[in-house]
Amino acid sequence: MKITLFVPCFVDALYPQVAISTVRILEKLGHTIEVAEDLNCCGQPAFNSGCWAEARPVGERVLDRLRDAETVLIPSGSCGAMLRRFYPELFAGTPHEAAARALSAKVFEFSEFLVEKLGVTDLGARFPAKVTYHDGCHSLREMHIQSAPRKLLARVRDLELVEMKQVVCCGFGGTFSAKFPMISTAMGEVKCSEALATGAEYIVSCDSSCLMHVQGLIDRQKLKLKTIHLAEVLAAGMDAGYRMPDTGCRIQDTECPDTNEDGRADE
Amino acid sequence: MPTPVTRFKSASRVLARDLRHRDLIQSALGKYEIKRDEMKARFQDWQGARQTAAEIKYEAINHLDRYLTEFVTKLEARGTKVHWASTAEQARQIITGICRDRQAKRIVKSKAMTAEEIHLNEVLEKAGFEVVESDLGEFIVQLREETPYHIVFPAMHLTRGEIREVFQRKLGDAPSDNPEELTMVARRVLRKKYVEAEVGITGANFAIAETGMISVTENEGNARLTAALPKTMITLLGIEKVLPKLADLALFLPMLATVGAGQLISGYNTMYGGPRQSGEADGPEEFHVVLLDNNRTVMLADAEQRDALHCIRCGACLNVCPIFRNVGGQTYGTTYPGPIGSVITPHLRGLQEWKHLAFASSLCGACTEACPVKIDLHHHLLQHRRTARAEKPVWWEKLAFRGFALLVNTPWLWRLSLAMGRIGQEFHGLVKGTKLDPAYVWTQSREAPPLAKQSFKSWWRNRQ
Repeated sequence: MKITLFVPCFVDALYPQVAISTVRILEKLGHTIEVAEDLNCCGQPAFNSGCWAEARPVGERVLDRLRDAETVLIPSGSCGAMLRRFYPELFAGTPHEAAARALSAKVFEFSEFLVEKLGVTDLGARFPAKVTYHDGCHSLREMHIQSAPRKLLARVRDLELVEMKQVVCCGFGGTFSAKFPMISTAMGEVKCSEALATGAEYIVSCDSSCLMHVQGLIDRQKLKLKTIHLAEVLAAGMDAGYRMPDTGCRIQDTECPDTNEDGRADE
Repeated sequence: MPTPVTRFKSASRVLARDLRHRDLIQSALGKYEIKRDEMKARFQDWQGARQTAAEIKYEAINHLDRYLTEFVTKLEARGTKVHWASTAEQARQIITGICRDRQAKRIVKSKAMTAEEIHLNEVLEKAGFEVVESDLGEFIVQLREETPYHIVFPAMHLTRGEIREVFQRKLGDAPSDNPEELTMVARRVLRKKYVEAEVGITGANFAIAETGMISVTENEGNARLTAALPKTMITLLGIEKVLPKLADLALFLPMLATVGAGQLISGYNTMYGGPRQSGEADGPEEFHVVLLDNNRTVMLADAEQRDALHCIRCGACLNVCPIFRNVGGQTYGTTYPGPIGSVITPHLRGLQEWKHLAFASSLCGACTEACPVKIDLHHHLLQHRRTARAEKPVWWEKLAFRGFALLVNTPWLWRLSLAMGRIGQEFHGLVKGTKLDPAYVWTQSREAPPLAKQSFKSWWRNRQ
């Protein structure tokens, strides 16, 4: 299958290893990857801020670029929700409505694509750690992704998944985190304490934007927790001896998380 | 001059970092969640029940004219006087007028959010009446001269110690902070009030069109006493409370109890069909029903958000809302706090003045998932944002989003800004977390994520 990868701006700039892991996994499964190199933004920040007039031109560019794509994959539930759930609303009653609906039907988030579309749950990954899973709200409630990431984690060798007691938002919410920083921070603190209560070393999620918020709090408050995207967990131990390229990120070798020195968290 | 938005911002900043408040609410709602889930599990099909409830409300609201007429005709047939109030002011005048005509001095009231909405107590007290809240939680917040914290649990933010303190100060009687003893103190005070009062005012949970009856749900029996003992009974309710059939209560009563308080069914569920009929031993001599619009018809005219009139005021959306749980109910400065309040307050009191509530949300959608009548709450917040900005654009914000789109979607500009950002972040430490920091809104409480040495797209290009 030919897969067009849409890499959101923050994944490109801050978490390249998420997209690299996605590419490696899909290539290993024998698919051809095309990266939509000229696409970086889905327009969600403007859309969620009420500026639909500013979000539309961004969206139109995406619709145009992805018109002929067979399948579009986004390693972010939040951006996926924007394309699948909100574009049809954003473009309702405009000449682009049909294109928005057509795109909506062929957009997938990473974990649901593997499980629902490809029927894959075991990638042969090994990740010796106790982890908890964070449901990004857009993934959970707009994309209805709940079981797919858990099915994938269940097949990772030496990984123990412990669920948090509450399914609760991490407090990021895009521009909300800047408009109401203290409420957002309080929500993040609740999330961290839920995760800490499980005794997990890692919070795994399909949403790097949530993890960015949580990691920001973890670093500031020096909590004994780490965050990692599901794609990185699944890429771990895929080919023995494979080393991730040096992207400057703290977890460079997802193959052996134990040997990775994450200064503050491991202290 | 403090405006609703500045008041909200300053109050939320304080409460969000108040760990005592956070623990209190987390623990109270944690207990509620356990009971709620136990009760939900007793429904054969909870999602099916929600769908049915939503359909019943959809039918009621879409034919509100017909059901209201039916409700009123049936009520009047048994001697109830029905009053239509288009505005809060009209409702206040009607109720004050009835109390004056009866030469009342003392009024006893059971819990009614609609009365909070029209600031009834304030007006009645100004007119010289003594008004006493008979619901224990409402009684406590009334003694503390506060507004209710929550639409179902008005005093949930208070500890026993704080309740004892106010009883001691205002009633001169608080033997201990034992809940039972404190309840007995309130009971002694309130029993006298029921007997003395000339007028009793209640709210309503549902209005049944088929039979012309008011349904009141409670756990303390206070609403029954408020309705039964005074000679005159007044019920104030919003026009959206109507349900088509009596049988609809078979679903709505357990549903309200389940998500409202984690109960199978509330302690007392009473139907009121009119004043004392000839041959009956008790009940009020006169029964007045005041039907309040107060911009509900504005919501009805809004096809997109009409479903907000489905609300049964159960509080389920408040209980699951991470914003509510961190800032508390009084911070909103509205009658209805939490997600439903953020959706309906702009309709009731003006979008431009209250739009900040729609922005004060991560749009997580926990509310929509919890709502027993399936109101599309978090998407309505998104629509409020859109309408607010379309009505009154913010030029710098438009400019910022246009600039951002240009930056991220022009590959060379994006590469350039990443390169500059990598240099910039080397010096970020000099100002990080201070007010000079351009990222202060983020870094005052969180670390900024470092830019990767190589972006994904650069890796991809090198690999090709």
